[in-house]
Amino acid sequence: MTKPLPMPTKTDPQKRSTVPTLPPMKRSRSALGLGIAAARGQFALQHCEDCGAVQYPPRDACCKCLSVALHWRRTDTAAQVLAQTTIRVSPDPYFRARLPWRMGSVKLDAGPVAVCHLHGEVARGDAVRMALKLDKAGQGVMVALPLKGSETMQDDPMLRAMSCDPKHRRVLVTDARSPLARPLAEALLRAGATTVYMGEPESWLRWEGREALAAMENVALMQLDVTDTASVARLAAEIGGKVDILINTAQFIRPGGVLGADTVFARDGMETNVLGLMRLAQGFGPAMCARTADGINSAVAWVNILSVQALVPDTGFGGFAATQAAARSVSQTMRGEFSAAGLRVMNVYTGPVDDAWHQPLPPPKVSPRALARAVINGLVDGLEEVACGDIAVDALDRWQSNPGLLERETRGRQS
Amino acid sequence: MSSAIKGLVAALAGGQAKVVDLTHTLDADFPVIILPPEFGQCARFRMEEVSAYDHRGPAWKWHNLTLNEHTGTHFDAPIHWISGKDVPGGAVDEIPPEAFVGPVVVIDCSDGALTDDDFELTPGIITAWEDLHGKIPADTWVLMRTDWSLRRGVDYLNMREDGPHSPGPTPAAITLLLERGIRGFGTETVGTDAGQGMHYDPPYPAHYLLHGAGKYGLQCLCNLDQLPPTGAMLIAPPLKIKGGTGSPLRVLALKPGDTE
Repeated sequence: MTKPLPMPTKTDPQKRSTVPTLPPMKRSRSALGLGIAAARGQFALQHCEDCGAVQYPPRDACCKCLSVALHWRRTDTAAQVLAQTTIRVSPDPYFRARLPWRMGSVKLDAGPVAVCHLHGEVARGDAVRMALKLDKAGQGVMVALPLKGSETMQDDPMLRAMSCDPKHRRVLVTDARSPLARPLAEALLRAGATTVYMGEPESWLRWEGREALAAMENVALMQLDVTDTASVARLAAEIGGKVDILINTAQFIRPGGVLGADTVFARDGMETNVLGLMRLAQGFGPAMCARTADGINSAVAWVNILSVQALVPDTGFGGFAATQAAARSVSQTMRGEFSAAGLRVMNVYTGPVDDAWHQPLPPPKVSPRALARAVINGLVDGLEEVACGDIAVDALDRWQSNPGLLERETRGRQS
Repeated sequence: MSSAIKGLVAALAGGQAKVVDLTHTLDADFPVIILPPEFGQCARFRMEEVSAYDHRGPAWKWHNLTLNEHTGTHFDAPIHWISGKDVPGGAVDEIPPEAFVGPVVVIDCSDGALTDDDFELTPGIITAWEDLHGKIPADTWVLMRTDWSLRRGVDYLNMREDGPHSPGPTPAAITLLLERGIRGFGTETVGTDAGQGMHYDPPYPAHYLLHGAGKYGLQCLCNLDQLPPTGAMLIAPPLKIKGGTGSPLRVLALKPGDTE
C-alpha cells in the first residue's frame, strides 16, 4: 500500500521557493507519438503493417523487418516486471529533487521489453498494467502500474508527478454561474481538493443556485468577470498564489451560423471565450508557472472546457464554433508558454451540453455531472486532451485520424 | 459678456448657484438592463488599458472603452423606441443643443418607493405635486425621485423570477406629463419605466409614449435628493453620435445656493 500523502504544510517564508525543473525533454519525431496517446490516456505503440511486430521505443522503421509502414495502434497493456532498480543518485536536476526513484524493465504481452517507471506497489515478477503518462515535460513516458492498486495508489510519488490530482489542492472554477459549477465543486471536494474558489461574475444579479454554492463547506465565491481585465487582475492579486488548478468554465454561447447571425453575439462570445481566456492566462498564468514545484499543493493544471466544435463547426452554431476554435488556438499557445514550467493545459472537449442553449437538440447530450466527472478523471490521469460524451469522443477520434475527412463528412451539418 | 451670463458666472463663483452632479461613475460593476438572453444585450462598461507610461506608450496613459449607448447614467433619444423611429431629428446628433439645457422639476416619490418596490407615479401624485408647486411648465424636464440610486448590488435591478421590480410611471401619468408638454422624463432606476413596465398597456409606457411624442429620457440618475422641487436647471448633453439612439453622459444641475 502507498503511504497516504500528508496534508501540505505552510511554506517557510525564509526559504527560497523551489524552482521548477523538468525531466529530459528531447524526443525523436517518432517518439512524440507516445505523447499523443498519453495526452488522451490511451496506450498505443507502433505496429508494423508488414510483419506485425509491435515495437518500443518508437523508431522510424520496424526493428524486425525495416518496413516504414508503422502505425500507432491501441495495444494490450498486460506485462510482467522482469527487473527493478531504485535510483539513488542522478545528475539530472529534476530527478535529483525526487530521489529515490524506481525504474524497471517489463516484458509486454504484445512483444517488446521496455524500460519504464515503476509504481511503488509493483515489484519484480508482478503482472502489471502498462500505461503511457505525460511527464512534467509533457512527454509521453511508459509506467508500470499495479493490476489492482490500493486505495492510495494515486499518492505514489511517481504517479503524483505524472498526474494533476486535485487531492490536497486548491482550485479556481472561473464561473460559478455555469451549469457545470456545482457538480464540479462537489466532484473536486470528493476528489480531495482543499478549497474550491468559484468566480462570480456580475454580483449585481441574483442567480439561481447561489445560496446552495455559498453554503458549501470549503467553497468560496469570489468576484470574477473574465470580460473585465481589472476584475481578473484584482482576483489574481488576491489568490493568484494559491491557485493550484484553474478550471475555466466561463462560456458565452448563442445559436446562429455566419449568415444571419449577429456579430454583437459573436463579439460577446469572443470577449468571454477567447479574450477571457487570455485575460485569465495573463492574470493567473505567471504565478501558477512559478509554483509548479511548490510541494504537495504545487500548481499543476489549467483546464479549458471547450465545445468539440473547436475542431469542426456545427453550421447552426457558427459564431460560437469560431470562438471555440480560437480558444483552442489560445490554449495551444498557452501550452507552449507554460511548458517550461511544466504546467499542464488540459482541454476538455464536450458534445452538446444538456442546457438551455441546446434545448431543441435530441440526445445524446452531455450532463453537467458527466462533464464534471470527465474533468476530475482527466486531472487524476494527468491528461491533456479529453473528450466527454459520445459526440465529442467520436469527433476527436475522427479529427485525429483525418481532419480533412471530418470536415467533408460534417459540412453543412446543422443542429 | 451679457449681463445674464455674467450674473450666472458671478452666482456660481459666489455660491448663489450650485452645481449638482446627477451622474453615477461609469464602472464595470454598475448594473445594466437585463433582457431575456436570446435578445441582444446592453454592453457592460469595460475599460482596457492601451498604454500606461510603459513600452506601449512611454509618456501617456489611455484606455479603450466598450459600452452601449444605454450603459450607466444615460440619455434616451426618441429613435430609441419603435414609437419614435420616425420622429424628425430624433437621433442624438440631430437634437438641437438648446434641448440639452433647461428647467427641471423633481417629483419626490422616495417615501412610497421606500416601502413599495413597484411604486407607481400616478396622475394623482402629479396633480398633488402641482397643487403645492404649481402646474408643470411646458418644455421642462421632470425627474422622478425615488432614492433608488442609493441601492447597491442585487437590490438595484431587484430581479426576481418574474422580472425586475423597481418604481416607475403609469401610462396615465406619462399621458398627463405629455399634456403638460414636458421636454423629457428622468429616473434613478435603470430605465424610465418601472421594472414591471412590460405589463402596462402600452408596455413600457414611458419609452413608448414619450419617445413617440419626440420627448427625451434620462435614467440611472443620482443625487436627486439634492435638488429642489422647482427652480433648478438641467444640463444634459449626450455625445454627438451619428444616428445614436442615446448616450452615456454627465448630467449636471444648477440649483439656487444656500446664500441666495
